[in-house]
Amino acid sequence: MTAELGQIALILALIFALVQAFVPLWGAWRGQENMMAIARPAAFGQFCFVAFAFALLTSAFVNQDFSVEYVARNSNSLLPLVYRISAVWGAHEGSLLLWALILSGWTLAVAAGSRHLPQTFAARVLAVMGIISIGFLLFSLLTSNPFSRLLPSPVDGNDLNPLLQDPGLIIHPPMLYMGYVGFSVAFAFSVAALLSGKIDRDWVRWCRPWTHLAWAFLTVGIALGSWWAYYELGWGGWWFWDPVENASFLPWLAGTALIHSQAVTDKRGTFQGWTLLLAICAFSLSLLGTFLVRSGVLTSVHAFASDPTRGLFILAFLGLVTGGALLLYALRAPKTVTGGQFAGWSRETLLLINNLFLTVAAAMVLIGTLYPLLIDALGRGKISVGAPYFGLMFIMLTAPLVLVMPFGPFTRWKQDGLRRVLTRLGLPLLAALSAGGITAIAAPESGLRGIAGVAGGVWLIAGSLVYAFGRIARQRGWQLPRGELAMSLAHIGVGVFVIGVSMTETISTEKHLAMNPGDQADIAGYAFEFRGTEVLRGPNWVADQGHFIVRSGERIVAQLYPQKRHYRAGGDIMTESAIDPGITRDLYISLGEPLDDQGRRWAVRIYHKPFVRWIWLGALLIAFGGLLAATDRRYRRYRRTGAVDAVSDDGTARSLA
Amino acid sequence: MKRFFPLLSFAGLAVLLFFGLGNADRKQIVPSPLIDRQAPAFQLPVLDQPERLISRDELLGQAYLLNVWASWCPPCRLEHNIVTQLAIDGPLPVYGLNYKDEPDDAQRWLQTLGNPYALILADRTGRTSIDFGVYGAPETFLIDAAGHIRYKFVGPLTAETVEHELLPAIAALDTGQRGSP
Repeated sequence: MTAELGQIALILALIFALVQAFVPLWGAWRGQENMMAIARPAAFGQFCFVAFAFALLTSAFVNQDFSVEYVARNSNSLLPLVYRISAVWGAHEGSLLLWALILSGWTLAVAAGSRHLPQTFAARVLAVMGIISIGFLLFSLLTSNPFSRLLPSPVDGNDLNPLLQDPGLIIHPPMLYMGYVGFSVAFAFSVAALLSGKIDRDWVRWCRPWTHLAWAFLTVGIALGSWWAYYELGWGGWWFWDPVENASFLPWLAGTALIHSQAVTDKRGTFQGWTLLLAICAFSLSLLGTFLVRSGVLTSVHAFASDPTRGLFILAFLGLVTGGALLLYALRAPKTVTGGQFAGWSRETLLLINNLFLTVAAAMVLIGTLYPLLIDALGRGKISVGAPYFGLMFIMLTAPLVLVMPFGPFTRWKQDGLRRVLTRLGLPLLAALSAGGITAIAAPESGLRGIAGVAGGVWLIAGSLVYAFGRIARQRGWQLPRGELAMSLAHIGVGVFVIGVSMTETISTEKHLAMNPGDQADIAGYAFEFRGTEVLRGPNWVADQGHFIVRSGERIVAQLYPQKRHYRAGGDIMTESAIDPGITRDLYISLGEPLDDQGRRWAVRIYHKPFVRWIWLGALLIAFGGLLAATDRRYRRYRRTGAVDAVSDDGTARSLA
Repeated sequence: MKRFFPLLSFAGLAVLLFFGLGNADRKQIVPSPLIDRQAPAFQLPVLDQPERLISRDELLGQAYLLNVWASWCPPCRLEHNIVTQLAIDGPLPVYGLNYKDEPDDAQRWLQTLGNPYALILADRTGRTSIDFGVYGAPETFLIDAAGHIRYKFVGPLTAETVEHELLPAIAALDTGQRGSP
């Protein structure tokens, strides 16, 4: 019965979403308070039923109910409990349900956290989120029902894709979705502001903590995905410019531009149009990412589920949501430039540069990702432009950002002098030049890219530190406003990330060897001794496990046990690399193939990856900055002025209703 | 009108996506002006023996398949099993043309996934591939014993295309149905 109950719960959730979307919208148009007041209870009801459906699907996995088709396809009686739970979002239908759950969770949070907002505005925000919910619940019910029965039911299931049987993949999708879906809040605020027709700074201020929070989750999600690809795919790479990776990176770029643009609108009242557009873009790119991943229009190493009819649904939905929002923007965006004027050298100018470069970078990634599609549309078939394009373009577009970033915090709003700012940046400049010099001497093989990268990273870190301590010195009681601390941390994170990338990409060493037991290989000052392999049995796999002893001089640094796993249910072979992590370097071994019949001689890949951890450390710092910014108390002090008028902006809602 | 610009760009994008959707599993034969013509002349190093150069004319005398691939190309990964099957069960030798790739990356790719190719030519600059009219990777060419391109497929090979298009095209070689060059 549970599967049928789940189905019913989803239908009820859809009904609540319909109520949440259209009744408050009508109420906001007509100025009917009781209709607007329905938004909150409806959001609560929707959340409860989606959560119930999700719990039922989870219980079907935990209890191994293989009569449910989705469970049969993605689980197996040998699958350990923790992977049975994460298998809920291991494929398309379940991840869609997770989307819906997270969306209704965000809606509930907005419903609870918007009580101090003008009622009309809050009602419109919740209504827009309800419309998005309708789309996803319909998508689930019409094209991707996770509760379909499989009769007669099989004795055992197909097993979860072994690539996904991994701790990193348990939390990667929920984090990523928290980010994707979180941008729906900024989107809903933008649309509500456009609908109200009264576009001022207030809505941006209300919206900022939500944007920061979503952006922080997305950052963690992307970092986890990269970390997973690094240790699980067994090639030692951390980013592949794969369409699916790009799909998560696009909303991140737009979101990064958005949080900077929001700062300008909040503080100075300018960039209204940018902020509105970027909020629409960030969420639309999340939807576009979902479309690209789910529809099969692009081929990808990560394409776990794809289906053209589903693609058509998402495309129609994307057209409605994004097209509708952009039409609204075209009709109602601020007609005149509002807010303060600013001079050629001012913080506004620098943030404008930030927005321009991030937007162009997003466009560049989008074009590269869709290029194969464009070629296909011209009748030329499916191809891939791949890493050579992205790697080059991206460095060209991010290098200026790194150069300009430390100037931002030091530069005053409205007008400033370049000379005044430069005097403050003497110390960071010195630090950057020395770091570059040290790199050139200690690791000349890193080349211009590595040296410039390290200098750039140190420039960012030192610039942010000098700024933070300068602020602290001028404050009473050693306090830094939380927003400032958050910004400094995030910028330091970017510096750490840049150093990590520059070092890993330029001075990594790798060797591909054929090794017999007892053989030794020397890489980057470490001696790797191969002691042979043994057979190891896991819950649902059998593995050949290699044993390596790593020495530096006489000292044993690590004992590493890479595996070649054979998953019993699906017959898949998986490489489980073994890694000795460190702050300054990772030692990474993965087993290739046995090269003789006795299974003694093995193809082995050994990597020495300097500073690779810094990539994810930097990303975590960036995310932590976002989280801190979201909790800044400043956002919880609301101005009472500028309350949105409750009645009478007739023409507004009509375009949508 | 400036404010309509985002909407219009989005509309263009949506049309493109819609088109892509319709073509998600369309047949992928590309009429190439090179079909039934002499394959362009080339002289390329072998991937794992860079000092050994192979020219077009050295490959004359036997029909073969030329598969354009690169380690940075996800669709190549997708068709790899099919290419391997073709190399094992197929009637012709399969040669690889490694397109705009780093030799180390290419070797690693082969070690991870296995090497189905009887011979791999490395085209690091992509010059030869341009002569062949390659748009990107993957693409597959059928070249007959006289060095004429008889068939070309753009995009990842599928079991279906191999069965319904590639194998019939190979069979047509044997019965001597040749258009005049």
